[in-house]
Amino acid sequence: MSTEKSRLMKAWEWHEQRLPIGSFLDHSLGSKYPAPKNLNYWWNFGSLALFMLVTMIITGVFLAMNYTAHVTLAFNSVERIMRDVNNGWLIRYMHSNGASFFFIVVYIHIFRGLYYGSYKPPREVLWWMGVVIYLLMMATAFMGYVLPWGQMSFWGATVITNLFSAIPGVGDAIVTLLWGGFSVDNPTLNRFFALHYLLPFVIVGVVFIHIWALHVPGSNNPLGIDAAPADKIPFFPYYVAKDVFGLGVFLMVYFAVVFWAPNMMGDPLNYVPANPMVTPPHIVPEWYYLPFYAILRAIPDKLLGVVAMFGSILILFVLPWLDRHPVRSASFRPIFRIFFWIFLANGLMLGWCGAQLAEGLPLILSRIGTFWYFFHFIVLLPLLSWIETPKPLPASISQPVLSPAE
Amino acid sequence: MANTAHAHAAAAQGETRRDFLLHSTIAVGAVGTAMMVWPLIHSMNPAADTLALATSEFSIAGIAEGSGITVVWRGKPVFVRHRTAAEIEQAKKDDTADLRDPMTDAKRAQKPEYLILVGVCTHLGCIPLGMKPSEPRGEYGGWFCPCHGSHYDTSGRIRKGPAPLNLAVPPYQYINDTTVRVG
Ligand code: HEM
Ligand code: FES
Repeated sequence: MSTEKSRLMKAWEWHEQRLPIGSFLDHSLGSKYPAPKNLNYWWNFGSLALFMLVTMIITGVFLAMNYTAHVTLAFNSVERIMRDVNNGWLIRYMHSNGASFFFIVVYIHIFRGLYYGSYKPPREVLWWMGVVIYLLMMATAFMGYVLPWGQMSFWGATVITNLFSAIPGVGDAIVTLLWGGFSVDNPTLNRFFALHYLLPFVIVGVVFIHIWALHVPGSNNPLGIDAAPADKIPFFPYYVAKDVFGLGVFLMVYFAVVFWAPNMMGDPLNYVPANPMVTPPHIVPEWYYLPFYAILRAIPDKLLGVVAMFGSILILFVLPWLDRHPVRSASFRPIFRIFFWIFLANGLMLGWCGAQLAEGLPLILSRIGTFWYFFHFIVLLPLLSWIETPKPLPASISQPVLSPAE
Repeated sequence: MANTAHAHAAAAQGETRRDFLLHSTIAVGAVGTAMMVWPLIHSMNPAADTLALATSEFSIAGIAEGSGITVVWRGKPVFVRHRTAAEIEQAKKDDTADLRDPMTDAKRAQKPEYLILVGVCTHLGCIPLGMKPSEPRGEYGGWFCPCHGSHYDTSGRIRKGPAPLNLAVPPYQYINDTTVRVG
């Protein structure tokens, strides 16, 4: 028995010497990866995002086995998945709601970073890779939403591709190129399917770089101070166990929606087949784009609206240079903390505005919200980096616990 | 000794030759890659069969004054409106109004009675309302785009809202008195 075991061990070591995959994993997410011991539950959302990415790819591949990317067949092929394909309803609802939950998880993950200053030195490149992933997710989800070829699919695709016509000079040529024709049509659907299949794997690649960049400085933590080696614990078993527990809780919520409210976050109009001759009276994008849609519509000029919308995301790339305050965590920045919550509330308000018709109160609120969004980044953060006095920082992660009197 | 010096000089010369070879290899590689990228990108442009479907013919005989029809051209709606005398007069009067995208009505309709326009809002591509009697025509009596609130006048010119340009006039010709070909 024991010789049997050691033979297995020997075989494993033989393999490790030739391809050290076990040691690679152990250093990446195992016992050789030390993480600060004070991480709270907001740090669960990175592993949840990875879980959702894998879920989307697996369910997506199985959907693709029954999906047909042709304007005359796409809608019916999705209905066939729902009615006739064994467990097709489950796979599709996991995928369509999975996109929403992927965004919920990623939004929490991003706001965690904003609160605890995870974008500050030395994690700027890590932050950039995160923004790239977010942009790729938006593109992927947008093209996925076009595939069932319902009314919202078609008109969402029309409005979003037309954004590029705002580019001076070459705008119309770019839109024709994107469509492969003179309107959103079969060539558009085909290429969107090809890209929708491809981009998630590009995301996997960028996630790799994201985690690589994470491993250079290691995780930030709720105190935002550099963690001394003595204040770190191995990722395995401690954080693996914690992440798996968090995953269990998350799965309960995710599947509660998949089973009992699968159309809660979807627009009923997408169960009407696409009709290029009739625009629905009220076009709304999926909920995760709403704040940006509100910014687009807040500005009465076409080009400026598009610039503001893209700018509102691209500005995240330069965030580490807008907020130059040396203290990372909002726990020690009383003024920044207030404005963080105002920023979050403002984002939610913009999201609400994005779902309304652009007139009256929602239009006024979207204008105020758009102003505040940029004011926060361009004026407030640089100003606070200059004037805000932080609360005293603990000397180490353990210090407040070991000597609370100080 | 003498040999070494000789080798040194040769090496120094060899360096520049190597640099030249290296840089020209990179340059050829870059140009070659760029030459391959364009065919790939161009394959995304409209294909020959898509371009071949680029004309539509229709009859305007049955359109009552004050109403219109919508026909399909290149997958897009084309509005054909039989304008009333009052609408034509209004359109002519507005030639001198403060227009965002100035164009006289005479240039927009070969025969003033029939206004033929691409029915796609120049903002973000929705189809403006105004072709059915039940639909709103906006503040200027032409068309109203519900998506983000653009108002077009009786000549299809943009008057209010986020759209930057007038509804486009497609290329068209009268084949005979009652038949029009678009495209
Ligand atoms: C980043 C990961 C992904 C995201 C965010 C995403 C998002 C979406 C969304 C929002 C839809 C529309 C759902 C609906 O309303 O029906 C969709 C549909 C679809 N996706 Fe994905 N997807 C991802 C990955 C994938 C992958 C990797 C594949 C294939 C290998 C795939 C294949 C499909 C197919 C075939 C459909 C059409 C069927 C349907 O509409 O249910 N997806 N996707
Ligand atoms: S698409 Fe017509 S107003 Fe925006």
